Amino acid sequence: MEIFDFTIHELHDRLKKKELSSVEATRAMLARIEAIDATVNAFITVTPEEALASAAEADSRIARGEMDLLTGIPIALKDIFLTKGVRTTCASRILENFVPPYDATSWLKLKERGAVLVGKLNQDEFAMGSSCESSAFGPSRNPWNTEFTPGGSSGGSAACIAARQAIATLGTDTGGSIRQPAAHCGCVGLKPTYGRVSRYGVIAYASSLDQVGPVTRDVRDAAIMLGAIAGHDPMDSTSVNRPVPDYTRSLTGEVKGLKVGLPKEYFIDGLDPEVQQAMELAIETYRGMGAEFVEISLPHTDYAVACYYLIATAEASSNLARYDGVRFGHRCQDPQGLLEMYRRSRAEGFGTEVKRRIMLGTYALSSGYYDAYYLKAQKVRTLIMQDFLKAFESVDVILTPVTPTPAFRLGEKCNDPLQMYLSDIFTIPTNLAGTCGISVPAGMSSDGLPIGLQLIGRPFGEEEIIRAAHAFEQATTWHQQKAPL
Amino acid sequence: MKYQAVIGLEVHVQLATDTKIFCGCSTKFGAPPNSQTCPVCLGMPGALPVLNRKVVEYAIKAGLATGCAIAPRSVFARKNYFYPDLPKGYQISQYELPICEHGQLDIEVEGVAKRIGITRIHMEEDAGKLVHGDVPGMGDGSGVDLNRACTPLLEIVSEPDLRSADEAVTYLKKLHQIVVYLGITDGNMEEGSFRCDANVSVMPVGSDKFGTRAEIKNVNSFKFVKQAIEYEIERQIELIEEGGKVVQETRLFDPGNGETRSMRGKEEAHDYRYFPDPDLVPLVISDDWVEDTRLGLPELPEAKMARYREELGLPLYDAEVLTASRELAEYFEACLLAGAGAKSAANWVMGEVTRGLNDGGIDIGACPVTPGQLAALLALIDKGTISNKIAKTVFDEMWQNGGEPAEIVEKKGLVQVSDTGEIEKIIDEIMAANMGQVEEYRGGKEKVFGFFVGQVMRASKGKANPAVVNDLLVKKLKG
Repeated sequence: MEIFDFTIHELHDRLKKKELSSVEATRAMLARIEAIDATVNAFITVTPEEALASAAEADSRIARGEMDLLTGIPIALKDIFLTKGVRTTCASRILENFVPPYDATSWLKLKERGAVLVGKLNQDEFAMGSSCESSAFGPSRNPWNTEFTPGGSSGGSAACIAARQAIATLGTDTGGSIRQPAAHCGCVGLKPTYGRVSRYGVIAYASSLDQVGPVTRDVRDAAIMLGAIAGHDPMDSTSVNRPVPDYTRSLTGEVKGLKVGLPKEYFIDGLDPEVQQAMELAIETYRGMGAEFVEISLPHTDYAVACYYLIATAEASSNLARYDGVRFGHRCQDPQGLLEMYRRSRAEGFGTEVKRRIMLGTYALSSGYYDAYYLKAQKVRTLIMQDFLKAFESVDVILTPVTPTPAFRLGEKCNDPLQMYLSDIFTIPTNLAGTCGISVPAGMSSDGLPIGLQLIGRPFGEEEIIRAAHAFEQATTWHQQKAPL
Repeated sequence: MKYQAVIGLEVHVQLATDTKIFCGCSTKFGAPPNSQTCPVCLGMPGALPVLNRKVVEYAIKAGLATGCAIAPRSVFARKNYFYPDLPKGYQISQYELPICEHGQLDIEVEGVAKRIGITRIHMEEDAGKLVHGDVPGMGDGSGVDLNRACTPLLEIVSEPDLRSADEAVTYLKKLHQIVVYLGITDGNMEEGSFRCDANVSVMPVGSDKFGTRAEIKNVNSFKFVKQAIEYEIERQIELIEEGGKVVQETRLFDPGNGETRSMRGKEEAHDYRYFPDPDLVPLVISDDWVEDTRLGLPELPEAKMARYREELGLPLYDAEVLTASRELAEYFEACLLAGAGAKSAANWVMGEVTRGLNDGGIDIGACPVTPGQLAALLALIDKGTISNKIAKTVFDEMWQNGGEPAEIVEKKGLVQVSDTGEIEKIIDEIMAANMGQVEEYRGGKEKVFGFFVGQVMRASKGKANPAVVNDLLVKKLKG
């Protein structure tokens, strides 16, 4: 086993026993990045000097006995997290040279515990996409088969874990952007309940849907990372002030009597047969451990994608207005007047998908259309939330596929945005409902591409989905498989 | 044809909080450009707003003072438009669900009382400021100063209930007085702490259908408001008389020539695409918070005036002058607390004190004579220790050099002479020296009485008790 294969808890044990130093571990990660990232393109920015400096600092902390689970652990962040002094692009030309003056709260929490940042990860531009192909820095590739996309928008976060270029990563999930790439790359991706983790310092795409979460090698690591980043932040009014449990206490392996809901709207024609089969196997596995299954209905599922693309784009059209060339980011050369500066800076700075979503959102909010689109979408969103709350009256968790199919080929859906949008059909409702979901490896397609299983929990029900996901992981070996890179 | 103007006002009040509405930066006026900024008010990527509780408290105060209902749940919304002084590309304001609604303000113009409806009051953030021309370090260009960005504003919107420029100005002055009384703004109009947009239209007298309105933006003095509205009414009437049509537009007032000119038409009007700001949770205000705030409200000018007239027996004029500002009223009331009588304290505050303040160009807060000292001075008059006239001399001394009135009277030997023997002696001497006038008086020319009073006072260097002087003179002159 190589250093870069370790999980957080495995590396922590070795650091603790002084079998290994953080500097050694960090060097191993940097060497791995150096060796394979030309192929994977998981990173937009690698930060070797900063990483080695903080690794050395972590080693002296360890020597002083001031050790935390995350001290000295090399991690990487989606390039949507603001990192003070380290370029943060959000995979956009418009922020190509943007060096933030402050840290995102979630990153700051990891940094304070001694985590070591090895670099910033590729993603879809402004987190808008499901394949990493809208990145201004070129697409990332799926480590299981580089002809395929790793998914998105946190594609870099998942590819990086699958290619073992960092021990753990953070992503963000607005409509499935953590869970879908985690499923496509065979890792664990956790999207916490809206309000569980601070959004401060995370570049906003759709503020009412965005949520920060970990992408990791196993469920234990996801529990460790969530525990580190969760909690109320006085800088984020939408973060919820409620105690953060020790999520690792949920790693009991025990699911006897757990009531699992199977939403009939998610098990439909058009579901890839191999995905279908993986789900059936998973259900058998859980039954074998004593879980009980109930068919449930989430009747407004059909409207979720349309609803999402109105709300998310409306919020995005407003959130992205600040990239105007005035204070930071790209400004066009020699504009003739203010209007031209706005027009050209934004035309040159934003990519196609971002422009498409700004236009959609602007339209949805426009006078005369607001009621028919934005307001109607909000009402549908309320119905979708109620679907979930009603379902959770009779079940503890809901089991679904993460995606209708395994990863798709690079370029396959680039020219068909609607097909691309539909690939998030099973993850989007969770964001609209504001609740939590986790993606765990649950199978392999005949093409050798991972298949993911999604467990959706009650609002703030992270402990239950972590327990259920961990029990499944204990009973299977999917998470132990390694991408052939 | 005769025309009737219809006017509604939108007033922006800058709140006197120490920090901005959505971040912890200082709101102090006049700091070097961009020195009072942070990621939040600069609109940096990833930054989020957090509502300043004090702003809500101030908004509740304004709402209660104008008879508004305070919404138990209100919502912040984004108003989207591009401008270099607007860092986020949207302004956080309130739209469909403002914090206060359905209030009113009673005004009186030329003896006629009128109730002006207040549609709503909402909270919002201000924008920054553009600096054109000579920008330090940039040469000839345009700069953006974001110190003012994100400072808290209340927008107070009236119903179109005003019918003349005078009514508009009276309403504004009263509103200004109330918000300053509440202590929620410094009310400084030159620095833009209280500024107004006026919506003006005209219609034929007797009509109940409002004409098309023009909005005049950002007028920042009472005088300009009057000028701008009067000009606009005149302009619209002339336009209609000439067969033209008023168009809906935004106009700017030019204080240079007293005219308004078109800024942008309806076609160029922004579609602000308001929607609830997902970064801020709905604002929930408990009944307890409202009631606590209500209990903490200061006595407002109207109630104060009524009390001064009813309980203190002051005339309307006095009550009006003394309540013009909260500080002046507090000074006056402190005099009463220190034992002064209401009418004499009122006379002195409106007289000597106000004169001194005006001459020195200072505020009542900087008045060199404390209410306690003024009350002590008035007590000396009441006790007959000094006359009203001597008191003015003592007051001047107190104003110039400070000191307690009793000490000044003592030191300068200004104690009033009430000793009849002493005064009689002076009267006798003066009568002896002016026998001609004594004869005139006795011959029925009572006017010369004043001459004798003057002589006696002069001879006593003003210290003789005027009442005693009067009594004795009458007796002696009548023989």
